[in-house]
Amino acid sequence: MNLDISLYFTAPEIGLTISGLLLLLVAAFGGDKTARMVTILSVSALFGAVAYTTNLLVNPAFELGGEAWAGIYRMDAFGSFAKILIYIAAIGCLIVTPRFFEENGGYRPEYAIVVLFSAVGMALMVSAVNLMTLYMGLELMSLSSYVLASFSRSDNRSAEAGLKYFVLGALASGILLYGMSLVYGFTGSTSYLGIRLALQDGLSMGATFGIVFMLAGFAFKIAAVPFHMWTPDVYEGAPTPVTAFFSTAPKVAAVAILTRISLDTFGENVIVWQQIVIFAALASIVVGALGAIGQTNIKRLLAYSSINNVGFILIGLAAATPAGASAVLVYLTIYVAMSLGAFVAVMMLKDAQGSQIENIASMAGMVREKPLLAWCIFFLMLSLAGIPPLFGFYGKFVVFQAAVQADMIILAAIGIAASVIGAFYYLKVCKIIMFDEPAGEVGGESSMANWTILLICSLVISPLGWILTSPLIALANRAANFLFFVI
Amino acid sequence: MGGFPILSIMLLVPLVAGIACFFLEAKAARMAALIATLVNLALGVVLWASYDVGGAQWQFVERSELFAGFSYALGIDGIALMLIMLSVFLMPICILASWDAITKRVGEYMAAFLIMEVLMIGVFAAQDIFLFYIFFEAGLIPMYLIIGVWGGDNRIYASYKFFLYTLLGSVLMLIAMFWMVNEAGTSDIPTLMQYDFPAGAQTWLWLAFFASFAVKMPIWPVHTWLPDAHVQAPTAGSVILAGVLLKLGGYGFIRFSLPMFPEASAQFTWLVLGLSMIAVIYTSLVALVQNDMKKLIAYSSVAHMAIVTAGLFAFNVQGLEGAMMVMLGHGLVSGALFLCVGVIYDRLHTREIDRYGGLAINMPKYALLFMLFCMASVGLPGTSNFIGEFLALAGVYQISTTVTLVLTTGIILGAAYMLFLYRRVVFGVQKNPDAAAMKDLNIREWAMLGPIAAAVLWMGVYPESFLAPMRADIAALEVRLARAAPAGDSMLEVGTPNATNANAMPELEHDYAGEGAH
Repeated sequence: MNLDISLYFTAPEIGLTISGLLLLLVAAFGGDKTARMVTILSVSALFGAVAYTTNLLVNPAFELGGEAWAGIYRMDAFGSFAKILIYIAAIGCLIVTPRFFEENGGYRPEYAIVVLFSAVGMALMVSAVNLMTLYMGLELMSLSSYVLASFSRSDNRSAEAGLKYFVLGALASGILLYGMSLVYGFTGSTSYLGIRLALQDGLSMGATFGIVFMLAGFAFKIAAVPFHMWTPDVYEGAPTPVTAFFSTAPKVAAVAILTRISLDTFGENVIVWQQIVIFAALASIVVGALGAIGQTNIKRLLAYSSINNVGFILIGLAAATPAGASAVLVYLTIYVAMSLGAFVAVMMLKDAQGSQIENIASMAGMVREKPLLAWCIFFLMLSLAGIPPLFGFYGKFVVFQAAVQADMIILAAIGIAASVIGAFYYLKVCKIIMFDEPAGEVGGESSMANWTILLICSLVISPLGWILTSPLIALANRAANFLFFVI
Repeated sequence: MGGFPILSIMLLVPLVAGIACFFLEAKAARMAALIATLVNLALGVVLWASYDVGGAQWQFVERSELFAGFSYALGIDGIALMLIMLSVFLMPICILASWDAITKRVGEYMAAFLIMEVLMIGVFAAQDIFLFYIFFEAGLIPMYLIIGVWGGDNRIYASYKFFLYTLLGSVLMLIAMFWMVNEAGTSDIPTLMQYDFPAGAQTWLWLAFFASFAVKMPIWPVHTWLPDAHVQAPTAGSVILAGVLLKLGGYGFIRFSLPMFPEASAQFTWLVLGLSMIAVIYTSLVALVQNDMKKLIAYSSVAHMAIVTAGLFAFNVQGLEGAMMVMLGHGLVSGALFLCVGVIYDRLHTREIDRYGGLAINMPKYALLFMLFCMASVGLPGTSNFIGEFLALAGVYQISTTVTLVLTTGIILGAAYMLFLYRRVVFGVQKNPDAAAMKDLNIREWAMLGPIAAAVLWMGVYPESFLAPMRADIAALEVRLARAAPAGDSMLEVGTPNATNANAMPELEHDYAGEGAH
């Protein structure tokens, strides 16, 4: 438990924090013209964190993981896996951002710094093994998100999104905190291990309430039904790069922490939370699918799509097996690629004057004007729908396989049948861009950065992604096993 | 063919050409697609020539552990060989059929067809159950595009219906596959074909697979997507749909449902036979009143597929061989019929039967070929469908004479609607001057219809070429099914023999004894 090890394990977070603080100084003294440079430096800091964390993940010397800072932080494969995903998502979002804000009302250096702090918060969340650390990380992430949502100061919709997100997010944090205090009150510990030991011979009514409140708080953060109402409004109102960020990195962090809490902290009480997760999963799939059908705004549609996808992820969690946890991580990885790709594509939808197009009807027949972009959206949509041979299918594949292996056949059957409803609205988008007569509204050039990210995401979700399966599964399995250690 | 990965090459050629077509302009794309499909046809001929009839059950086996959770395993038996041959044979013809008819977005169109070919060969060659599923499902995407982009007026509705119907059918199959793989511990199809699942579970598994294959087949009452999809699809799309995609359902039954769940198959025999009986009568009657040529042929496809399902669930060699032959024959004949419709549609741009008439006068060569295919569809001896229908009915007869009676009635109705169609289109007076002015077949159309006509006659006159590669596999399947085969009502019953011979004369014996006592 010495200082060296603690520093060594938490070096990425410390490094990112220091970078963020230094860049804050740069921004404060340099003004708005440093915005691009600050973004580039933030991206490099995040790249450094990815490289460092990758070493922690694959280096055999750290295979067993370890604790830092007197047992409030744990470095293990699960945390590292999630963190790499978070950092990569943040990098992807940062790369496409500057150009967007330069075209749509002023870019400022705070943006990249806030994203950086948000990444630190998320990294703390997924590595925390103590409720206090968890809450600190969560709040750091949430507060950064509220700022990001209202980043376009002159845009009413953005301000509204920020306010909505803040009010509802604060409520959710309160619920979560209330659940944590109940759990602490009935177990006498804030450390995951302590709680787990205290709960291993059944649990009292009070602790059950605590677990339920905590799950409700997390359900809000991952936008699972019935705590999803904020998602479409916030996703629509926030500037598109921010929406891309919301739908990837914080989602990975929140799902990862929910998985860790459920399977590690409450690992002895699966019965208590399993039915809640099953309900949230099925409700998310159905509400996400039905809600999207009537949408005319592509960002709202993608918001419902993200609710829908969270439902599938939760099916993996409901299985409560190592295979299920591994499936959650695999699905998250693929989901990050799909979601990031989809929002970057939305960012690239512009009319001839360069202003953003968000109306689905305006995308009609865009395959004639922008064939490559249209085909990318086509494949991203079908991948989100989980149609083979696109890689999005593999996420559903592992999740449902885990559910069947855990003998939850009814859940799997209902979930997969409901996914057909979801396929309908993805097909609707495909139909509009592919089959309809051109509306002639899509035009304008996109930057190199956007194309790069979009093409990388499209390559990952294309059938070529299948060659990633073996390493991905191996890493995810190793990560998942850390949640199932025996005390 | 030691070590030469011919199946992978057959997947690779159209895949590469398909990707290339995306970037080519119309003329080059047509040429590239034609060359790629012809190369694949040549490879298919090599495959058939080097297939060792009577040799190992699974040949040209390839396996590599590329993916986590399942493997890239290919290999074919005689049944798969024949269906692959059907696919590669029809493909160049489809490309030719769209040569002039498709004028917009030609590159993408050709790409969709070539990708379709990859997926169809993949379905038949896959030896891993999940690989099969991926190929099976992936076919939705190119077909969705083919119907939706290049289809008729109501194409959007048809493309949705096609996609969602078939997707809903097959997702439940995926859950069943997970369960099976979990239970048997392998996703290898040949191993699973020998695995005995518990009888109680078989029922559910069978139903899940049935949901998928019944939609693909299609079996009444889930056939309604087919007429819509056929009518709206471009000619070549209809050919592929009728020629190969409908065979996926039958292939699924023969590869999965029957060998993997023999007890459940026996349990549901009457369900399948009942639906087949309804389908064959109902769809034939519906076909009789159609005014749209494509719709008529689409309904006749459903009727023919009903004979396939009945033959498959006869549980004997005749039925299974007959079902396979009907599938192959129907693939050729219905494909050719759609091409025949396409030929006159290209000239007059209508599929309405009443707009034509008396074509025998201005298009005698067309009338001749159209007649051949109509007769083949009816099942005239000497054509491919006769062999299949005769065998299938002979097989069904061993299970149930009543079912055979109904199915045969359906075939008579089939003759009625086909002859009625032919009379209205080809004979009679030339009502419309524009129809009367149509030109006879050109060389490209001869190149499309001629080979199919030859194949139809070949299959009708010397079916042994097609039956021989499948014989061992079907015999193995029959052995596998023997333990569950239901009893039929046409089997000879062995009664208890009389105590004495029929010509024994007890009185005489008595008299004789009496006499002797004297």
